[in-house]
Amino acid sequence: MNEIAFLGALEIGLVYGLVALGVFLSFRVLNFPDLTVDGSFPLGAAVTAALIVAGADPYLATGVAMLAGAAAGMVTAFLNLRFRILHLLASILTMIALYSINLRIMGRPNLALITEPTVLSPFEGLGLPGFYLKPLFALVVLLVAGGLLARFLASDYGLGLRATGANPRMARAQGVATGRSTYFGMALSNAMVALGGALFAQMNGFADITMGTGTIVVGLAAVIVGEVVLRSRLIVIAVVACVLGSVLYRIAIALALNADALGLQSSDLNLVTAILVAVALILPGARNPIKALFAKAGAR
Amino acid sequence: MWGKNSAGAAALLLSAMVAGGALAQDVHVATTAIVEHPALDATRDGVRDELKEAGYEVGKNLTFTYESAQGNPGTAAQIARKLVGDKPSVIVPISTPSAQAVVAATKDIPVVFTAVTDPLGAKLVGSMEKPGGNVTGMSDLSPIGKHLALIKEITPQAKTLGVPFNPGEANSVTLLELIRKHAPEQGLQVVEAPAPRSAEVLAAAQSLIGKVDAIYVPTDNTIVSAFEAVVKVGIENRIPVYAGDTDSVPRGAIAALGFNYYDVGRQTGKMVVRVLKGEKPGDLPVEGVEITELHVNPAMAEKMGVTLPKAVVGRAKTVVK
Repeated sequence: MNEIAFLGALEIGLVYGLVALGVFLSFRVLNFPDLTVDGSFPLGAAVTAALIVAGADPYLATGVAMLAGAAAGMVTAFLNLRFRILHLLASILTMIALYSINLRIMGRPNLALITEPTVLSPFEGLGLPGFYLKPLFALVVLLVAGGLLARFLASDYGLGLRATGANPRMARAQGVATGRSTYFGMALSNAMVALGGALFAQMNGFADITMGTGTIVVGLAAVIVGEVVLRSRLIVIAVVACVLGSVLYRIAIALALNADALGLQSSDLNLVTAILVAVALILPGARNPIKALFAKAGAR
Repeated sequence: MWGKNSAGAAALLLSAMVAGGALAQDVHVATTAIVEHPALDATRDGVRDELKEAGYEVGKNLTFTYESAQGNPGTAAQIARKLVGDKPSVIVPISTPSAQAVVAATKDIPVVFTAVTDPLGAKLVGSMEKPGGNVTGMSDLSPIGKHLALIKEITPQAKTLGVPFNPGEANSVTLLELIRKHAPEQGLQVVEAPAPRSAEVLAAAQSLIGKVDAIYVPTDNTIVSAFEAVVKVGIENRIPVYAGDTDSVPRGAIAALGFNYYDVGRQTGKMVVRVLKGEKPGDLPVEGVEITELHVNPAMAEKMGVTLPKAVVGRAKTVVK
């Protein structure tokens, strides 16, 4: 792996770290399996791209993209809470609807941003080459987003949100408005995923209708890899673990891309990535792997 | 682990600067595509064979690499970074998303994109005649006007034309706009049949029954991958099926005035060679497909209730038996 490839993996891992944080919030904190992300990631990209192409300020466009993501999350929560549609199905409905909505927003399946101003434009005059600037920018965004999320989850309102996911009946008995908590949590989760999409589009120069495919898989893999590598009850550590998991997942892909020397073909990429992630999951408990795996599964 | 390699790369760069022209003989052409697909693979093979004909041979003086993003734009972006870090002589991204990811990732390494329908719309280049910068390439835009004229020549009585397409493919949406633009010239009315996934192609084709006199399948990855579903509907309802690519003729299209992606790759390869020989990509105009050829399938035409005119069969390059 060369330096630029490593920095590329770091940057894309950090951007998808926002997805991991969103997935952590829905799946782990709220206990709400949410597939909306496959739609809200490209939604963030589509809204940002459409607004920037129309001449809007990139920062404003990114903010609007987050609001759009939040709205998508609330639609899923609404379908689930108001009409009692199973959470998985509710999120699938939002996700497939977003495919058409994203096409409407962009007006075409692919919008290019290569020559447009982006959130990075103000920093391009600093003389730092793009392959350093982009991961650095992503890191700053992640520090702010992760810090705010950890801070929020430790607040009174955040504790109510966590209680909603852990034990809704107990939470209601303690006076937590679980419905409102779910709405807010889902909005926050999908706003972060949309922010990831918005950054991805601006850093890579395009928004494409297909870019949502498999987002949930990547996000979940990041959350789980992070949990295995860095297991803790502390919320700050859990947040760091998500981001770390996302970066490790990208490094696995980068390694897989360099596996040609082993006689592997480019078509083996996904298989090699899966094996590397599996190894990363097994290794930490290697001293007594089977027992360790079962102990963790049992504790959940 | 990368620190060591980057030191190695720096050493290589240094030795390249010292050795000058001596190392320039060995070239590295890096290709990448968004997904494994017969047309995209054929393009890549065309590039490689053209390079061989120009004297650049794998294993002798050419390193030829290929990466597929396996359908994931996130991976495509990551591959773009890896390629930029590898510092090849030329990067050849195949398909629109791969090309956008590569162009966003480098401003110095020469890029010759290919199999991109609308390079202007994708903002890969600012101008087709003089792209400028480090980027040039070729567009695989179908000659839609000629295609519709062929349909009218073979089936003059056709008034309505069904077009199955995937609304999520940038290339297809561009083609559909062109079809709508050129259809009135041939007295044709267009009926759209959207199919976002290959599993929905059959339903899209069935939606055209009774509404159209002929079906035209543009170079749409989704529809072409389920082409047999369209052919089935064509045979059962005696609606002639035309295609935008000649590879679909043996699969059941009655005629196609197309190009094959292997030739597209060969033509791209010629551009790559010019860049390797020292021409600046920014000075090379973006090219369109040069070689078109007519392929016909008379047996399939009979099954769909059409007799191909002798003149058409006569000028066909390939007649599928």
